[in-house]
Amino acid sequence: MNPLQILRVAIRALVRNKMRSFLTTLGIIIGVAAVIAMVAIGEGAKAQVEASFASMGSNLLIVLPGSTTAGGQRGGFGSMPTLTWDDLRAIRTEAPAVRYAAPQLSSGAQLMSEDQNWSTRVYGTTPEFFMIRNWPTSMGSAMSDSDVEGGTKVVFLGSTVVDKLFGPNADPVGQLIRIRNIPFEVKGVLAKKGQSPMGQDYDDAAYIPLKTFQTKIQGGLQQFIQGVVLIGATSESTTQVAVQQVTALLRDRHHIGLGQDDDFSIRNLTELASAQEQGTKTLTTLLASIAAVSLLVGGIGIMNIMLVSVTERTREIGVRMAVGAKPRNILAQFLVEALTLAIAGGVIGIGLGVLAAQRLAAQFHWPMLIRPDIIVVSVVFSALVGVVFGLYPARKASRLDPIDALRFE
Amino acid sequence: MSSSSALLLLDDVTKVYHMGDVEVHALRGVSLSVEEGEFVAIMGASGSGKSTLMNIIGCLDRPTRGRYLLAGEEVSTLDRNALAEKRNRTLGFVFQNFNLLSRTSAIENVELPLLYAGLHTRERHEHSRAALARVGLGDRMHHHPNQMSGGQQQRVAIARALVANPKVILADEPTGNLDSVTSVEVMAIFQELCDSGITVVLVTHEPDIARYAARVVVMRDGRIRSDSRQEPQRAVPAPAEATAGGEP
Repeated sequence: MNPLQILRVAIRALVRNKMRSFLTTLGIIIGVAAVIAMVAIGEGAKAQVEASFASMGSNLLIVLPGSTTAGGQRGGFGSMPTLTWDDLRAIRTEAPAVRYAAPQLSSGAQLMSEDQNWSTRVYGTTPEFFMIRNWPTSMGSAMSDSDVEGGTKVVFLGSTVVDKLFGPNADPVGQLIRIRNIPFEVKGVLAKKGQSPMGQDYDDAAYIPLKTFQTKIQGGLQQFIQGVVLIGATSESTTQVAVQQVTALLRDRHHIGLGQDDDFSIRNLTELASAQEQGTKTLTTLLASIAAVSLLVGGIGIMNIMLVSVTERTREIGVRMAVGAKPRNILAQFLVEALTLAIAGGVIGIGLGVLAAQRLAAQFHWPMLIRPDIIVVSVVFSALVGVVFGLYPARKASRLDPIDALRFE
Repeated sequence: MSSSSALLLLDDVTKVYHMGDVEVHALRGVSLSVEEGEFVAIMGASGSGKSTLMNIIGCLDRPTRGRYLLAGEEVSTLDRNALAEKRNRTLGFVFQNFNLLSRTSAIENVELPLLYAGLHTRERHEHSRAALARVGLGDRMHHHPNQMSGGQQQRVAIARALVANPKVILADEPTGNLDSVTSVEVMAIFQELCDSGITVVLVTHEPDIARYAARVVVMRDGRIRSDSRQEPQRAVPAPAEATAGGEP
């Protein structure tokens, strides 16, 4: 008998017992569907986390100035400004792993439109800031270098601030608002960005050109940067290199000798992101292994039913042997039956799993991510389950004595 | 009485079963020779060893001692695969309870031996169609066993037995589950097969059925009691029944 004939005999036998065949595959169907759906959930969660870190800024480093010690009391980071504007220029030009560097000065302030007011943080920065943050403008125009150089009184608002001052979906471009009673023209509205991974609302902020901030909000030019420096590394893999380059550069510029502490600190947010990713990866693995166990149980279900089937069909086996089926023909038939059930279960399971993943993705507003490798693994695994758990019943069938089998009631 | 040209040749065959500690001597030295084209009825009470003899002739079982030559070839020492091949190529079986695969059409049942002989679909179909036509069921090829009468089912079984062109057809109480009218029909088919040169060995405990055979072997306590030839009675099916049986 050629493999095609064996397959046809097996399929015919399965079709003869549709209900039982279906119930047998149910275990595999549920197992495979669970694996696919669980992995999709894990991947969706991972993508969600990745997206929230991406909104924070790509390959982001934050350089904070040092701390003060006055009369035994130590201030926190930033309490003593140690970063100079020359440091910033040096970071821009002398650290190859740095793509962008932008200062970020901030102050709390009261904003007033014609009939509303809102307290928020006002930031002074340069156009690079928006590059590092991956933050496009949704209305009006983006901050330009000439805004910074000219010290113009323009403001770029986050969408939450627009809501509070002008009402939802209003277009405030061109209108005047007052910050600390100084009139600013709204030049642009930033695209909605949502929350940071720590729950802070990115959109509740107003941005003005650095020079404007220094002259109008902070007052007076200073040698030191009264804030932090944001750095965008050239790529995710070079963030660590960028940390080393900037550290070496600043230690050199600040004349810090060997063994002395830095008078600044660098936060690498990419590391935080990868730690979060590791967490979701663990979650995915956990969910997938639970699902894999159910697949295994499905396999045992196949073995169970195949054993029952062998007993029930003892007479049929006897007849087949009497008309000339060799033990290996019987073995092949039952093995192929188990295999067919397992693979059919796998295929149906994939369909159901994808469907479930779609529903769940819609429910949680996640991107739907089906990993093709998981689909391949599921099919291979269910085939394996079919062979492993089909082998014992098939061997049992092939070893029956034809006389006993024919006499079996 | 034995000759080297015999189709079936059993020489002092014994069969001992072990049932727990008890040894059951099913056959105590049986010698039998059947020529090609013979119609032999094996008779005997239950426990006489006739079924065991049938199983050995049918290559379903091997003798404990003694020799069995099938078409001149020693088969008592063959392994399970070789015996399966003998059953497939040389022998055909008809059982008391038909033993058709349920939920499977007549033609698919008849095809079964050809499947294991490795024939292609079209050949299988042709041969099976011819075999069903030969037993008068050409118009019921796609009926399932539960849609057919006992007589029709047994004729499907006969078609299955003869589809692979065997030398011997072995029938174990083929009329045991049939009424007398249908029994005659079935016996008529066996006689016709025998006329066409196929050797038929029939096991029965009914003298009425044994009358249709040309030779009657009577078994008792694992031995052959008598072996006689007779003028067989011709089986003539009742005409009304024959049409009801489904002649096309």
